[in-house]
Amino acid sequence: MYNARGIITGLVIFVALVTFPFWFSLGKAASAPEPSLDTPAIRQLQEKVCVEGTEFMRTQHMELLKDWRNSVVRDGNRIYVAKNGKQYKMSLQNTCMDCHSNKAEFCDSCHNYANVKPDCWTCHVDPKEGK
Amino acid sequence: MKMHRRNFLRIGGACALGLGFLPAVKVLAGSDLSKVMADPKALTGKKWGMVIDMKKCWEQGRKNCDDCITACHKVHNVPDIGNIKEEIKWIWTEPFENTFPEFKHAYMAEAIKGKPFTVMCNHCDNAPCTRVCPTKATYKRKDGIVVMDYHRCIGCRYCMAGCPFGARSFNFRDPRPFIAEINKEYPTREKGVVEKCNFCEERLAFGQLPACVEACQEKALIFGDLADPNSEVRKVLSSNYSIRRKPELGTEPKIYYLV
Repeated sequence: MYNARGIITGLVIFVALVTFPFWFSLGKAASAPEPSLDTPAIRQLQEKVCVEGTEFMRTQHMELLKDWRNSVVRDGNRIYVAKNGKQYKMSLQNTCMDCHSNKAEFCDSCHNYANVKPDCWTCHVDPKEGK
Repeated sequence: MKMHRRNFLRIGGACALGLGFLPAVKVLAGSDLSKVMADPKALTGKKWGMVIDMKKCWEQGRKNCDDCITACHKVHNVPDIGNIKEEIKWIWTEPFENTFPEFKHAYMAEAIKGKPFTVMCNHCDNAPCTRVCPTKATYKRKDGIVVMDYHRCIGCRYCMAGCPFGARSFNFRDPRPFIAEINKEYPTREKGVVEKCNFCEERLAFGQLPACVEACQEKALIFGDLADPNSEVRKVLSSNYSIRRKPELGTEPKIYYLV
């Protein structure tokens, strides 16, 4: 091989640079957040349940909120009947945030981790802002 | 495998028919719809409308009374920008000459000249704003209320151009800093959307009358179902002379004025 020294040095530097993001962040993975459920309203609940099961809410809350929005805004139906028969007023700002009044520790912790930016709060009033 | 052209067409036709059935089956089988409902206390009507008795307002009301405006703007988080060009309003007053320009003439009675008329969205039966909205962000509900879905509004302002009553306002900037006291029960709007009176559909849904109607101590604002012959609005309309704004445009406004 001609110019082996130069080529191999170049290759080593190239590979090192390309893989830099991988080995630099090795072991530094951000730990999954644990949304806090510690709010005055939740502490007072007899049975600590959301409108649907935890697993469903964890994966489907965005779908649920979208359905709520369409139902309320487009159809004027404002009451949600949960699987256990309980009735809830469909309102992000009132129903959801009455319990989850800790937006920063509950909503934002996961949304920041997953780098999703829902634009709810440009209009809907976050409990802290209203004070 | 060899297949005759006719057989191929027959099978193809049967398949197409099956695909056509699928949506119908889905609709009939979907029983999840019972998961949402309207509040049993909700006020329901077929054609909500309002009668505004301006005489009552002028004669019995306090001087410069603005109870209806304050109440509305407070519950709906309507900002006070303080700049007439960027003004946002759901309900406001307009002098007679601007409210009813077609009735203006040089020899008008002093009693009516320049008198303030309470104006708001007319919730037109044949609303031009809903026709021009490219995203269906504004539309007429089954009960006749013309509402805004701020989630869908792209801020093109066609509706503002379409509305002959100037009932719509555009948020040229973030309205939040201009709201004196935010009502936590109701959302605000964001920069870049159009807003207007919603006949308090969020209050009707839980059995309350519109905020302006409730706030008026003189009961000059009368709200009710125009489709119901026994409603108060119909009784008032049948026993009084009433006018509407710009009826010649054919938008069929549902706000009636007694003068």
